[in-house]
Amino acid sequence: MKPKRQRLVIVVTGLVFIGAAIGFALFALNEELDVFRSPTQVAEDGFPADKRFRVGGLVEDGSVSSKGIVTTFRVTDGAHSLTISYDKILPDLFREGQGIVAMGVLNTGGTFEAQEVLAKHDENYMPPEVADALKKSGHFKPQGGDS
Amino acid sequence: MAPELGQYALVLAIIVATVQAIVPQVGAYRRDAAWMGVAPAAARVQFLLVLFAFGCLMVSFISSDFSVVNVFENSHSLKPLIYKISGVWGNHEGSLLLWILILTLFGAAVAQFGQNLPPTLQARVLSVQAMIGVGFLAFILFTSNPFSRLDPAPFEGNGLNPLLQDPALAIHPPFLYLGYVGLSVAFSFAVAALIEGRVDPAWARWVRPWTLAAWCCLTAGIALGSYWAYYELGWGGWWFWDPVENASFMPWLAATALLHSSIVVEKRDALKSWTVLLAILAFSLSLLGTFIVRSGVLNSVHAFASDPTRGVFILAFLVFVVGGSLTLYAIRAPSLKGGGLFRPVSREGTLVLNNLLLSTACFTVLLGTLYPLFLDAVASEKVSVGPPYFNAVFVPLMTPLVAALAIGPMLAWKRGDLAGVLGRLKFVAALAFLTALAVAWYAWDIMPLAVLGLALVVWLGLGVFREWAERVRLFRWDIVDSWRRARGLPRASYGMSIAHLGVALMVLGITASETWQDEKQLIMRPGDVETISDFELTFIGAEKVPGPNYSATAATFVVTRNGQPVTILQPESRIFPNPPMETTEAAIRSTLAGDLYTVVGEGDGLGGHAVRLYYKPLVIWIWLGSLAMMVGGMISLSDRRHRIGAPSRKQAAEPGTKNRDPGALAAAGAGD
Repeated sequence: MKPKRQRLVIVVTGLVFIGAAIGFALFALNEELDVFRSPTQVAEDGFPADKRFRVGGLVEDGSVSSKGIVTTFRVTDGAHSLTISYDKILPDLFREGQGIVAMGVLNTGGTFEAQEVLAKHDENYMPPEVADALKKSGHFKPQGGDS
Repeated sequence: MAPELGQYALVLAIIVATVQAIVPQVGAYRRDAAWMGVAPAAARVQFLLVLFAFGCLMVSFISSDFSVVNVFENSHSLKPLIYKISGVWGNHEGSLLLWILILTLFGAAVAQFGQNLPPTLQARVLSVQAMIGVGFLAFILFTSNPFSRLDPAPFEGNGLNPLLQDPALAIHPPFLYLGYVGLSVAFSFAVAALIEGRVDPAWARWVRPWTLAAWCCLTAGIALGSYWAYYELGWGGWWFWDPVENASFMPWLAATALLHSSIVVEKRDALKSWTVLLAILAFSLSLLGTFIVRSGVLNSVHAFASDPTRGVFILAFLVFVVGGSLTLYAIRAPSLKGGGLFRPVSREGTLVLNNLLLSTACFTVLLGTLYPLFLDAVASEKVSVGPPYFNAVFVPLMTPLVAALAIGPMLAWKRGDLAGVLGRLKFVAALAFLTALAVAWYAWDIMPLAVLGLALVVWLGLGVFREWAERVRLFRWDIVDSWRRARGLPRASYGMSIAHLGVALMVLGITASETWQDEKQLIMRPGDVETISDFELTFIGAEKVPGPNYSATAATFVVTRNGQPVTILQPESRIFPNPPMETTEAAIRSTLAGDLYTVVGEGDGLGGHAVRLYYKPLVIWIWLGSLAMMVGGMISLSDRRHRIGAPSRKQAAEPGTKNRDPGALAAAGAGD
């Protein structure tokens, strides 16, 4: 093989490869992307049951109750709230008034069954999506921190 | 006093760096030995100045000088000494200073160990290195001064995030940065070679040890970070595909590709412009990683020290470095003459495959990391890309890579005999197939991927031994002869085998721990017994215990197996007052066979505690595998040809002359 030909073969193989990988990756991205919805958006527009998404807001005061390992609580963006149930140990920073993001699915009863609950490892932290949702509903109060 | 001296040293360092960036470059152009001679001296001085500044910051931290903003924000007088020291780099300004310290350390090392380089190349490398230094010194001086004062000085500091108060995390950033910034040397060599217009096997041989050293540190840094996440975050996971993790993983993938493609340049004088491009990209990804972490642009769970306003500076610098070097590449790369030809089925061919797969993997990580940002910017849609995406793209990419890993080293250069190699691997293939059948029988319903994973482990693990046996002619020659050959193999060859074995071990750890993990989350009361895997855990109770700078709820589990006592596990949930925060301390019984992992959560007020129990078989092999990869890299680095017999351009330009014993080394010849 001539050098030019060899380089061409390598480059073409490489491009085909990367093209296929990009195609596949975009497909996977589309499938596996988790969108974020605020409680207001869920209340107004709903969300297909059994499709995974993320929801976030502040944990409503007085809404946390647990039965065995299952904890039920409500998150709010000030305008609307959503009931979430979670059957695992909550993160260290989970408490009333704290901003959290939960990932999971809505069941047919309208309760959000969380598979994962995140609170940042920082007492000042407000997840950016939550801050956004609060701003939109006009209930944003900057917390002690700068986030 | 110390902060002012440190600040002063940084100002001097940027002046020295500016001189080092300009004078040797002009000197190399004019072939002026005196001007070029400035570079090594300047590189050493620059290192000493930054080291001095770093020392000043460390003194401020150790003496808890809260008149320094940085110390006030990140330290506390009650903190143990080691965390006062690690607090130096546990924040934005300090970690940048560490970045620069390592950058100048590498510059000084090139000045020290690069005395056998052609003077023009060394001058240009150090000049490029200094340009990066100027950029970062300007960044730290103008936007992130670690020595800013507070007036009046407070009595007590804010404290370091307790999650960061951990031995593994104290040494994790230095290793990670050694890796990140070590890639700057490969970058500087690439840019210098483009300026010179010359890339040849000798160049590859000079670049390789630097890349290898950076790669080893990066591997260690990532593995430490992952191990820290495993035992400290208390989620039982070890890799979350978090943007900050990806930021370190992308340069690693690129560096791994670079490591392999530079072999082709060294041995066969081919793939030159690709290798130069990879060197540029690897460091660009390091810079991108720094940008992602330091600018807080992604606001991920792991970004502890972030400030969006500074992002603009790094972004501009990133555009300048990447844009500049790629423009230079576009101008100069066509003039790099390709050398050795090879068939698709050959050692070079498999290394090209390796590079294709690794760079594609790197690209998919980049896509998954930046896509949420992109979507947020153009469509204001907040999305997250999680592990399912990365798992979906990584498995198909890594499978052929691991499969080819057993074949590649056995193929000859230029033109390989695939049928012959497969013939020699038929026992290995048969065993891998049997493994697949056995696993399919045993675990098909749990996780079909386990079949693939474990078959690959057997295929690669035994393949590595088969290749070694091939080299020493085991069982084909007298055992004494084989022993002599085994001792005569170059260290680089052992390094390769160990590193590849590390890959197999890591796949083993990942597959087994994902497939056969046993997990339970429940409320336990004193006296309750829970069975996990074949262990019985008795919950004795939980009590409050004070710690040096926290108070903890400590639970006690008595662990037995078949009634025989095994161990006692005491996970804790700690509450830190400064800054106020809770952390989870998992108690782990770690053995080579598997980890028993326990976490205690809050009490339910009725005497019970939420607990999380895991059994993760073989999980430790994930890190032992990465350790093997790192050790393999270090053994390869210690190969004598990296130290002695400095390659001169003429010698190395004639491949084949270095194998004095062609018969013995024919198979081992390219032992990396």
